[in-house]
Amino acid sequence: MTRATTAGTPSAGWTPDQPIVRLVDVHKAFGTFEVLKGISFDVRKGEVICIIGPSGSGKSTLIRCVNALVPVTAGTIQVEGITVTDPRLDKLALRRKVGMVFQQYNLFPHKTALQNVMMAPLHVLGQDRREVEARARALLAKVRLAGKEGAYPGELSGGQQQRVAIARSLAMRPDVMLFDEVTAALDPETVKEVLVTIRELAEEGMTCMLVTHEMNFARDVADHIYFTDRGVIVEHGPPATFFASAQDARTRRFLSQVL
Amino acid sequence: MIEAVQAWFQRLYETTGFNFTVFYDPYDWDRYVAGLRMTLLLALSTILASLVIGAVGALVQSGPSRLLRGLVNGFVVVFRNTPPLVQIFFFYFGLGTLLPDVRTADGLRAPILNNVQWAILSLSLFAGAFNVEIFRSGIEAVPKTTIEAAEALGYTRFKAYRHVVLPLALRVCLPALNNNLINLLKTTTLAYAIAVPETLYAVKQIWSESQNVLEMMLVLLVTYAFLVGVLVWIMHRWERALRIPGYGR
Amino acid sequence: MSAPAPSDLPPSGRPGDLPVLLPFALADARPAARLRPAHLWLLCGLAVIALPAWAQGGAAVLSPLEVVIKWAPLLLTGFAFNVAISLMAMAIGTAAGVGLGLAMLAEGRVLPRVAWCVTQVFRNLPWLVLLFFVMFLVPFQVTVFGVRVPLPDWLKATFGFSLPVMANVAEIVRGAVRSVPDTQWEAAESLAFSRRQTMWRIILPQCAKRMLPPWMNVYALIAMATVQASIVGVTEMLTLTAQVHAAEGGRPELFAPLYGFALLCFFLYCYPIDRFTAALERRFETR
Repeated sequence: MTRATTAGTPSAGWTPDQPIVRLVDVHKAFGTFEVLKGISFDVRKGEVICIIGPSGSGKSTLIRCVNALVPVTAGTIQVEGITVTDPRLDKLALRRKVGMVFQQYNLFPHKTALQNVMMAPLHVLGQDRREVEARARALLAKVRLAGKEGAYPGELSGGQQQRVAIARSLAMRPDVMLFDEVTAALDPETVKEVLVTIRELAEEGMTCMLVTHEMNFARDVADHIYFTDRGVIVEHGPPATFFASAQDARTRRFLSQVL
Repeated sequence: MIEAVQAWFQRLYETTGFNFTVFYDPYDWDRYVAGLRMTLLLALSTILASLVIGAVGALVQSGPSRLLRGLVNGFVVVFRNTPPLVQIFFFYFGLGTLLPDVRTADGLRAPILNNVQWAILSLSLFAGAFNVEIFRSGIEAVPKTTIEAAEALGYTRFKAYRHVVLPLALRVCLPALNNNLINLLKTTTLAYAIAVPETLYAVKQIWSESQNVLEMMLVLLVTYAFLVGVLVWIMHRWERALRIPGYGR
Repeated sequence: MSAPAPSDLPPSGRPGDLPVLLPFALADARPAARLRPAHLWLLCGLAVIALPAWAQGGAAVLSPLEVVIKWAPLLLTGFAFNVAISLMAMAIGTAAGVGLGLAMLAEGRVLPRVAWCVTQVFRNLPWLVLLFFVMFLVPFQVTVFGVRVPLPDWLKATFGFSLPVMANVAEIVRGAVRSVPDTQWEAAESLAFSRRQTMWRIILPQCAKRMLPPWMNVYALIAMATVQASIVGVTEMLTLTAQVHAAEGGRPELFAPLYGFALLCFFLYCYPIDRFTAALERRFETR
């Protein structure tokens, strides 16, 4: 395995044919409560993986570990050769590579849709304003929100806000996108418009890690499905085999409840 | 123009007995204007200083140092729960007399701070204590998840504060801040008690010399109604300018 | 008032054993409990200022702490007077304020407008200015049906303080009544309650609870404002403090401990009110 020589900078050893995200025996405990009990898997570039499982099984924690919002207790996570679990991690370098979309959108309510998309490239990357604005407008058009540039988050529906949040993440030109139950807080009518946006992203070859309760969507869009329960991966596989012939009793019980 | 106004008020006095000396006697007018100037100086300097105290205090309160947090808490609690007039006396008489004198350029001994400076200092601390609480509650009202989103976009802690937390916190606490600043403007009258020649002081001097209490009371009333009105108007303009469409309510 | 001879004084500790350091050590050992050590700091601040002066004073001159202890009964009487004024002003102001608040909510065009104007004027003028108004414009006695009723200064000051209380209470009443949903009015109307009955039997009882914390807040403010009476010549705690200072020879080092004592009295009175108000607010919020 290649290791980053200096924290944060992608190791020269990483090439696109290697896994873009690699988790090795990741443990996470909050106090004495162990949420993740040894999770290992790889995500290849351009792959879309879905993490499913009952609530409280550590799915959100797992995805938050990948961009260092939550520090792990033990184990290793690497993203494009950056060791996320290194204490000397350069968080900025990591977060340029990894975008994240939240369940509650978490847009900045005091900025318009366009400003929300432009903020991070301007403040964090210090890029040229004109170039950033052109890119932001293109991204809003891409998520079908052309014409809503001047609207404040409070004036947009949940689905529209979530698409702004996706555009905001994409503005940092990430290589990996994390989606944390992004449709869970939405009205049923607006779920679809967000899922369409994610599907288009996946079809363009973006590497995506999703935590979701939308089983049909997972079946449709995922290359690989991981089922977690009580902090471990119980079962995984490509959707066709996973949904058709789950082996484990826990998986089967879960699927019978949600399908 | 000015002569006409003066003549009119002089006539008003001769015909009705309403003696608005400030409007025809240049000496009284100058005293009144000087008082007004002093009130404005007190108000502006204490508003600015109390905002700084509030911001720094709120920052310290969310900081890591237990000792500093405790000190700020103590400061807030004491200054909020004691009369501002006694605070002024405590500072001006109590601490002012304990500090050593300095020699001025012409060799005279003078206190380090004069009464105006003590008034500004103690009024700023008084209003600042309220501002600390106001700012802190504003910062606490910003959802953790919003800060998390900024972090996920690569913002450092400081940048997230500057671009996300503070702009939102300011909007949350603006109504309470308005109230406190208006209150501070009213509280500047307490400087009267240590002979700071502000509006109340000047007006009282005029009425004790010219024996026109009722008239000067009216002038006083209109003056403060106007000053408070202007401040209310400015703060409301500010509040409106910062309003976020579709946010809150 | 004659000052007792120095020998009559209660024995105080030797300068060496600093009783005031005891609370300081306690405060330090306590795990930073929110706001708790604040009382003690005040005491310590007082002591820190008092001690060096104490050391300077010769045998014949009382130490600042001894001066405070010696005069504490008198000063506390003054403080009790402040409390009395504040309670009376609060009672008068609340009664008038409820009336004014209801007038702002009344039907018709003129009465609410007038009431609103009165409220704004008394709410926005500095309290000290209002106090001057009452002191200088209200006569020292009034004649009611041929009977001369004297109006002593302290009573006028009480009226002076009740004016801002009135305006603030009026705002509280108006805000609280406005916050009751309209459906309550509709429900009462459909039960054939008159407007007055609805207000007194249905609306006001509902918002009484909501009015309590801001009302207590106004009380704390007025209690602290009563010291302003000394500016217009009413004898209360601050006036007595200045007199005590003069009686002790006007030594400059006595200012801080004497005014510090006044601060302490008001703090010990107002801080519990403040805490209680905050606790009530929190309890009503969670409902």
